[in-house]
Order: sequence, then C-alpha cells, then structure tokens
Amino acid sequence: MRFVISVYVENKYGVLARVSGLFMRRGFNINSLTVDETDDAAYSRITITLNGDENDKNQLVNQLKKLQNVKVVRELHKDTSLERELMLIKVKNSRENRAELLQACDIFRAKIIDYSTDTLCAEVTGEPSKINAFIEIMKPLGIVEMCRTGIVALERTHYIAEELDK
Amino acid sequence: MTGAEILIQTLIEQGVTDVFGYPGGNVVDIYDALYRAQEAPRHILAAHEQGAAHAADGYARATGKTGVVIATSGPGATNLVTGIVTAMLDSVPLIAITGNVPTDMIGRDSFQEINITGVTMPITKHNYFVTDVRELADTLREAFRIALSGRPGPVLVDIPKDVQIAECEYTPAEALKPAVQKKAAQSEIDAAVKLINKAKRPYLYIGGGAASREMGAQIMAFAEKTDAYIGCSLMGLSLFPNAYERFLGMEGMHGKYASSMANHAADVIIGIGVRFSDRATGNAQKYAPQAAIIQLDADLAEINKNVPVDVGIVGDIKDALERIAQKCKAKHHPTWAKEIAAFRAAQAQMEAAAEKCSGEMYPAKLFRAINRLKTKDTIMVTDVGQHQMWAAQYSELYKPRHFISSGGLGTMGFGLGAAIGACVGTGEKAVLITGDGSFGMNLTELATAVTYHIPVVIVIFNNGVLGMVRQWQTLFFESRYAATGLERKTDFVKLAEAFGAPAGRAQSIEAFEALLQKAMAQDGPFVIDACIDKDEIVLPMFEADSSVDGIITQDPRQV
Repeated sequence: MRFVISVYVENKYGVLARVSGLFMRRGFNINSLTVDETDDAAYSRITITLNGDENDKNQLVNQLKKLQNVKVVRELHKDTSLERELMLIKVKNSRENRAELLQACDIFRAKIIDYSTDTLCAEVTGEPSKINAFIEIMKPLGIVEMCRTGIVALERTHYIAEELDK
Repeated sequence: MTGAEILIQTLIEQGVTDVFGYPGGNVVDIYDALYRAQEAPRHILAAHEQGAAHAADGYARATGKTGVVIATSGPGATNLVTGIVTAMLDSVPLIAITGNVPTDMIGRDSFQEINITGVTMPITKHNYFVTDVRELADTLREAFRIALSGRPGPVLVDIPKDVQIAECEYTPAEALKPAVQKKAAQSEIDAAVKLINKAKRPYLYIGGGAASREMGAQIMAFAEKTDAYIGCSLMGLSLFPNAYERFLGMEGMHGKYASSMANHAADVIIGIGVRFSDRATGNAQKYAPQAAIIQLDADLAEINKNVPVDVGIVGDIKDALERIAQKCKAKHHPTWAKEIAAFRAAQAQMEAAAEKCSGEMYPAKLFRAINRLKTKDTIMVTDVGQHQMWAAQYSELYKPRHFISSGGLGTMGFGLGAAIGACVGTGEKAVLITGDGSFGMNLTELATAVTYHIPVVIVIFNNGVLGMVRQWQTLFFESRYAATGLERKTDFVKLAEAFGAPAGRAQSIEAFEALLQKAMAQDGPFVIDACIDKDEIVLPMFEADSSVDGIITQDPRQV
C-alpha cells in the first residue's frame, strides 16, 4: 500500500538529514520526499510517500515522532486531501511525432515551456496517476530526460499547524 | 563569562558533581574553566575517551543521574561513539560534550575536525552543534532535559572553540524537569485488565524500562495479586531479589530454563519496559505462541516493533501498572504454580547434571564464592560474552541498579569503564566480571582505577579463547575454531602490577576464594586472573532463529 505522510518540522540546520537518516537506518522504503518552508518560516513541511503495510506506516510515524525537531506527523488520506506533483519532461521533437506530441500535451494540459528543432520540454502537474499516464504516452515518442518533484499534499479542511498546540 | 565558563556553570546548575573525560586542543578552554571554577564538578581523567564514555554510562546506570563525558574534537569525539551507542541501546541518560574547531575552520578538514553531530545523529536521542554562545546555556539545559525525559538516552553537544571563547551574559536558571510522561489511555488499561482477569497462566516480562523506574516492589505486589510469575531481560536484572519465589530469572537465548519455559507456556504476557529484543524472544514468529501480549512502554515506537501485541499501553508505565493493578481481580492459579514448579525442578536437575560433568573451576562455583563474599551493596558489572551470561544467571542480586551490563549493543570492553563510573557515582564496591577477550579491549582503564583508587574487584574469567564465539563454533560450526583461540602470552597478574594494582592468579576454587577475600578487603582495584576451562559452554541456549523448541540444555559433547 502507498501512504502519504505529512511532517511538520522545525526549520533548522540538519533536520532533513535527521529525517532521511531515520528512513535509512530503519530500512523504510520511501517513494518520494518533498520539503520546503511553510507560511511560517520557523517550520518546514516534509511530504513523504511510503510503500509498505499498515505496520510499516505506524513504525514510520512513531519513529518520526521521536525526533526532537519533528513537531507534527499526520497521515493524509486520499479522500480528504489533495495531492499534486509536478514533472518536467523533455521529449524528442521530430516531424513524425510532433502532431501526436502536441495533441497529448493539449489533452493533459501540459504546458510547453521549451521548443527546439530536436526536443520539446513540457511541464505537467497533477495527481501522480496523471503524471504516470503522460509518461506512458511519451515513452514511444522518445523521452530524452525527465524530472519529478514528488508529491506535495494538503488536507482539504484540516490545518496541520493547529496540532502544534496539542 | 566565556562560553567555556558558561558550560561549567550550567553543569553545576544541573547538579552535576562528576564528569569523565579526556582533554585536547579543542576543549582546553573548557578544561581551563573547569580548573578555575568554584565548586566545579570533580573530573575523572580516563585513559581513553571510550573508557570515559563507558564510565559516564556506568555512573548513570548505578545512580539514575545523567552521566557526563567530555572529549575533544576529531579522534576524541569519534572514540566516544561506541560508548554513546551503548548508552543509546540501553536507554541510559548521558550528555556527551565535545569541542570542535572554530566555526570559520569548519568544513575544511581542519586538524582534528570531524562532523560529530553527523556521525552521532543515528546513535543519539538528539544532538546539537552550538554556533552562538548566547544559545549555549539553554541548549545544555535542553540537552539534560531530553536525556532524562520519557525513554532516557544520550545527547551530544558539540561546541566549536570560538564559541567556548566568546563572551556573553550568563543568567542562572533552575534545572529543567524532565517532561511529564503522558498517562496511558483508559481504554487500553481496561483492555489489559480484561485479559489479565481471564488469564490462567500470567507471566510478567520485565525490562530496563521498569528497572530505570525502580518498579520492583510495585511489580512484586502486582504478581502477588494476580498470581503471576516474573522473568526479565538482561536489563531487568537486579530489580528482584533472586530469592523471591515468583522470580524466575532472565529469559531468552541464555536465560534460565524455568523463565524461558514459563514465558513460552504463558497465556498472558505482560511486558513492562521491554522491547522484545531478539535475544530475549528468539525467533519472533515462534515467540509465546499461546499468549495474548500486553506491552507497557514509555516509547510509542516500541509497541508492535518486534512482536505484535494485543494491547499496547504507552506513557507513564508506573501509573499504568498502578491503574491496572487496582482493577485486576485477586487470583489464584494452582495449576500454573505446579507447571512452574516442574520447570524449576527440571532446571535444577539440568544445572546439577552440568556441574557434575564439570571441572574444578566451573563458573557456577566461582559465582557461589562471589555471592558469598560480596555484600548486598556490591555492584555487579560485566563485560560481554560467556562470563556475562554466567553472571546474569548466577549473580545474587538484591537492589536495583546493582547489575550493570551492556545489553542491546553487547559492547566488549564496556565493563571496566562502567565499573569505574559506578564506583565513582555510588561510593560502593564493584565486582567486575570480565573475560580475557573483553578485558583486553579496554584494560588501559586500569590506570584510571589505580589513580583514583577505585574499589573494583576485577575477576577475569580467563579461558584463553573468545568463549562465546567459540561456543557457537563448537555447536554449529563443527568445532572449526576460526580466530577464537587467543594464544596470547599476556600475564594479567604482571600486567596489573605494572599498572600499580595488586593481583593474583587462581587455578583452584580455594585459591580463588582466598584471593577474592583479600580483594574484597582492599580499598582500591584488585585483579584476579581466574583460569577456567576453554570448553565450558553457557547453557541453556537456543539459536537466534529458534525458540524454546530448539533449546539446548546439555553439552552435546557429554551426551
């Protein structure tokens, strides 16, 4: 199963190393990890996706809670939260595939951000499943290289910083 | 005040009376401040930073206070590493203070520079790199609070040299109290009570978490009420007197037969301050197949980590057990008592049979002499290996914090430093049970023991081999003794004398008793080189992937 965990941490030197080091030494299988400052510069938010079972997830959450700089750990559920990912993808641009390429970009609402005689670079945002589907379509057309951010996610109504006072 | 002076003042403010350490270029300012301070903590100079770390650890284990160790940057700091992990794995409150190169030299591979916060990140509860002298005092206060809060553990504070020199106003403050532990959820307490009230064969499995809270009397009262029997992990030893009728001893790979069997036969296991370590459970899949398991622990992450439990109770375990005890019905389980008596009888028979086949210097006999000649206040300290397991099985213990041993990490070389720390912290006498292998690792701390006149009796179970590994080779590797024959020419008596400690060699029980008597009457250290047979093995034993179904109770060479 895939789990999305949102971690509110103090925005301090070495915190990311503490969190990622924990994954390594406890043998957690992390799919993606994104991190940046929040609206309050004193805190950063780390979004993690984990592959594993319920027990793996509980261990991850409980181990994270033991780190001194970690302030809130929440599991985000698909039906109550929003997930997005961004991808930059560079594809071969040739006379033969151009029409299909442009059409696919249009359907997926991918933004073309660079265009040259050999390659085309598109920016796609959406849920990971949409990104995956776009990659599948691009594969036969010739992917040159690509880069994904990993998931960022927010709960629809709950505000994580409210947990700070608890 | 300078940063170094603030550090010393903060230590005093935290109630620190003793520190262990070793000076160096990047802590020379700290040592200068220590030298000049009024009412400064006493400093014990070790022979090696690892020894200093183990001493601070032993000090903490024996007293319940937080141990403090100081080391310089680079090699000084890295030499602490084994000591820090040893404390981490056994949840011992420890503050490690290291110096570092000045902040403008950081990251340039300067002389004796090491990123010790990076190195110790996975082996500390938390660590700090202090870059601003104004944050130093509060950082140290927080470090002490973290070390002792919840599940205790080590915290490292790395202070670059320029921060030690920088000046800043010092505002005294009271020592912060450890965080108040949360009370366990009532629903979990109720679930536990329900299971315990239905139990026919209840068993209490007690570990270091209960030992550090000194819950012995409370647990014994609970066992009386529920008619339960008690076993423990290595870390739970000394919480119950051996003579206590409900206490079955240490369980596990080399535990007492009765204790391991009772654990296996139980229908409800109440684990208190234990993490169901593989050395205690054996193969987790085969562990206690018929039992419902209740786990009480300060650390949420321990619940379901190694063994799935039916009820996990997190928070203040003393309070939780109190609440469980109040709601449990008084019980009487005569069948269970009979089963336990049968396990005990079988155990007595096995032990007698093993002793019959044994030679003059049989370890159990040595422990009989030790038990007779030591007092109830003597602190037993061990190194790691066969002698450690014999000590766990045979030592007569009376008081909490009186059995000090490296459990989780199994650190050979732990014992001498730890014994020094325990003596410094309590003023009591210690008996260190060690082996020729373990003692060889950090024997240089004999110098410290002699200098500070530490009342430690060092008993070397000298079999000329690395006995525990050799035992595995005997049992599971067709006696191929790869690298376990020490074949050294070390004369431990002469060696001790060279360090300035009296010593003697024992090749018979009579000689051993005579030496031990002499040693116990000494104020300072005394070394006894007790020559034992290299073929002695620790029994019972079950293999790591096995359980009591694979328990070996007899030396296969004698069958």
